[in-house]
Amino acid sequence: MTTDPGLWAVPIAVLGGAIRVSTPFLFVSLGECLTERSGRINLGLEGTLILGAMSGYGLSYLTGSATVGVLGAALVGLVYGLLHGWLCRFKGVNDIAVGISMMLLGMGIAFYFGKPFIQPTAPRLPSIPFGWWSDSPQLQAALQVNVLFLIGIALAVFLAWMLRSTRIGLTIRVVGDSTQSARALAIRPDRVRLWATAAGGALAGIGGAYLSLYYPGSWNEGISSGQGLMAVALVIFARWNPINCLWAALLFGGAGALGPALQSVGISEGYYLFYAAPYVLTLGILIATSSTERAVIGAPGELNITK
Amino acid sequence: MPMKSTLSRRRFLTSTTAAFGATALMPFGANMARAADGLTVGFIYVGPKDDYGYNQAHAEGAAAIKAMAGVTVIEEENVPESTDVANTMESMINFDGASLLFPTSFGYYDPFIKELAPKNPEVRFEHCGGLWGEGDPANAGSYFGYIGKGQYLNGIVAGHMTKTKKIGFVAAKPIPQVLNNINSFLLGARAVDPTITCQVIFTGEWSLAVKEAEATNALADQGADVITCHVDGPKVVVETAAARGCYVCGYHANQSALAPDLYLTGAEWNWAQVYTDMVTKYMAGETIPNFVRGGLADGFIKMSPLGPAVTEAAAAQFEAVKAEILKGGFAVIKGPLKDNKGNVIAAEGEAFAEDDIKLESMDYLVEGVIGSTS
Repeated sequence: MTTDPGLWAVPIAVLGGAIRVSTPFLFVSLGECLTERSGRINLGLEGTLILGAMSGYGLSYLTGSATVGVLGAALVGLVYGLLHGWLCRFKGVNDIAVGISMMLLGMGIAFYFGKPFIQPTAPRLPSIPFGWWSDSPQLQAALQVNVLFLIGIALAVFLAWMLRSTRIGLTIRVVGDSTQSARALAIRPDRVRLWATAAGGALAGIGGAYLSLYYPGSWNEGISSGQGLMAVALVIFARWNPINCLWAALLFGGAGALGPALQSVGISEGYYLFYAAPYVLTLGILIATSSTERAVIGAPGELNITK
Repeated sequence: MPMKSTLSRRRFLTSTTAAFGATALMPFGANMARAADGLTVGFIYVGPKDDYGYNQAHAEGAAAIKAMAGVTVIEEENVPESTDVANTMESMINFDGASLLFPTSFGYYDPFIKELAPKNPEVRFEHCGGLWGEGDPANAGSYFGYIGKGQYLNGIVAGHMTKTKKIGFVAAKPIPQVLNNINSFLLGARAVDPTITCQVIFTGEWSLAVKEAEATNALADQGADVITCHVDGPKVVVETAAARGCYVCGYHANQSALAPDLYLTGAEWNWAQVYTDMVTKYMAGETIPNFVRGGLADGFIKMSPLGPAVTEAAAAQFEAVKAEILKGGFAVIKGPLKDNKGNVIAAEGEAFAEDDIKLESMDYLVEGVIGSTS
């Protein structure tokens, strides 16, 4: 006996979608947020995401442990971030150009080494059933939560606190806002940016592992389909604030579920328009919050795109 | 990279070999090449050849050809439907000496094959998707299979196995072949129980893992308990549906390994036989027809072995209908039938057999399918 949720299926599906789909957006945008707060842009996170997805799945398959897969993906992301940070130390190297080339390189590496892992089925990450109290199977399914999602939420809060109230956070912000001031304070901007980029890369790697090891839970060459790029854009949308990154990621996750959910309750005309909903929403919010009189609020002063 | 296309490798090679007066590098024409050192066949795939789906089905066909004596197979995967495929085809012809090409993706045909075929009259182009028409190059041809019958048989089993009387379909784009599959799946189920409905969700793309997973979850949320799909790589749909406890019917290739307990059956391409026949004909010097079609009876498609969950009643009707289809002339779309907007598709007594050309311009979903084509 199944209960028919009727139109309630739509909000339930959007909630479930927000929980299921948002995690990669969240991790990549938190990572990018950290990197950009130090005054550098890493556009290569799409490549890191795909590398993380591949290495996470591959390691999980080879070792039989999804946890090892996630840790391995984080490590791969860290190393890849270090490479970006190291390249950007050299005079005259543009971080955006390096990012784009590293995005393509990352995809190439992942496709090359990922070939043997497309077919096999690797151990996946488990989920926690938070819907046990409900007798609606739809709600139970929507509230299947992966621990990485919870870690992501905690991380957003932690990063916000760290950037605001700790010495490390202050150092990152100084470097991001003014290289000159940082030097005057005897901080080495390149070193801070190197590690901020590396940490950002590690987070993106974890985001990738979530894609391949939890949802949708398989490795293939089209697994990301641009989510890493969207997440980088979300950082601007979130005004470089980790808590806003969380809301933005949830919004995009939920909006992504809207199209299929509306079709499933019979509202099927014009589904191409529903699929464009997140982007229309982004445009709307950006226009609504923009101003011709002042610079973008919250933008680090040293950022290549806002200078 | 606009420079790349202005000087293709073929043209470069033509001019350089002419300059050096050496023609040894150029292929002499298919017959001589065939006689001298066997036949080289080129396969081009739009995605990875181990995707549990469309490309894997073709790659399995290519693997069968590899085993033939005197045949060399060259393959390239992940070739986009752009000038990339033209470059791939040219280098297969000029560098690898391929004289028979199977560019397997729908979008390779127009304009890429149509442009290249007249320039390489000694090479045979066989395109999957059935686009060849009168006036197209004589050394090009197209082939396709009536896989809708396979989805009809999927539907028969699904009709027996569904408890909620609701089945689900994850579809990529509303093109005639996809619509035919959706309609056939439902009509198969309705042959068992006319109260069954089929919910369809279009993802809008051939391969979009997250959206396919979301669509599958949305179907399960709505109570669909048997799910099938028409996307390039069904792996995500099959695994997500199985994780939700739904039965699965496969498509393109055999996905039973992904959901051993819940996989019922599946509509598979049988390109191994089709390709073996074509290559045998070609090597014997016969011409392959420009327009090749076939169904279950011709060995173009096959069904996955029935899974362990399939009941005896379902298996019996499956086998009976399959035998009926193998006799030929079986019509899935037959009157009285309306579409899901109430328009009459087929009047009482009217029937469209699988080779009816009218089915190839299908633009409707039949009554009982919940969804719309736009």
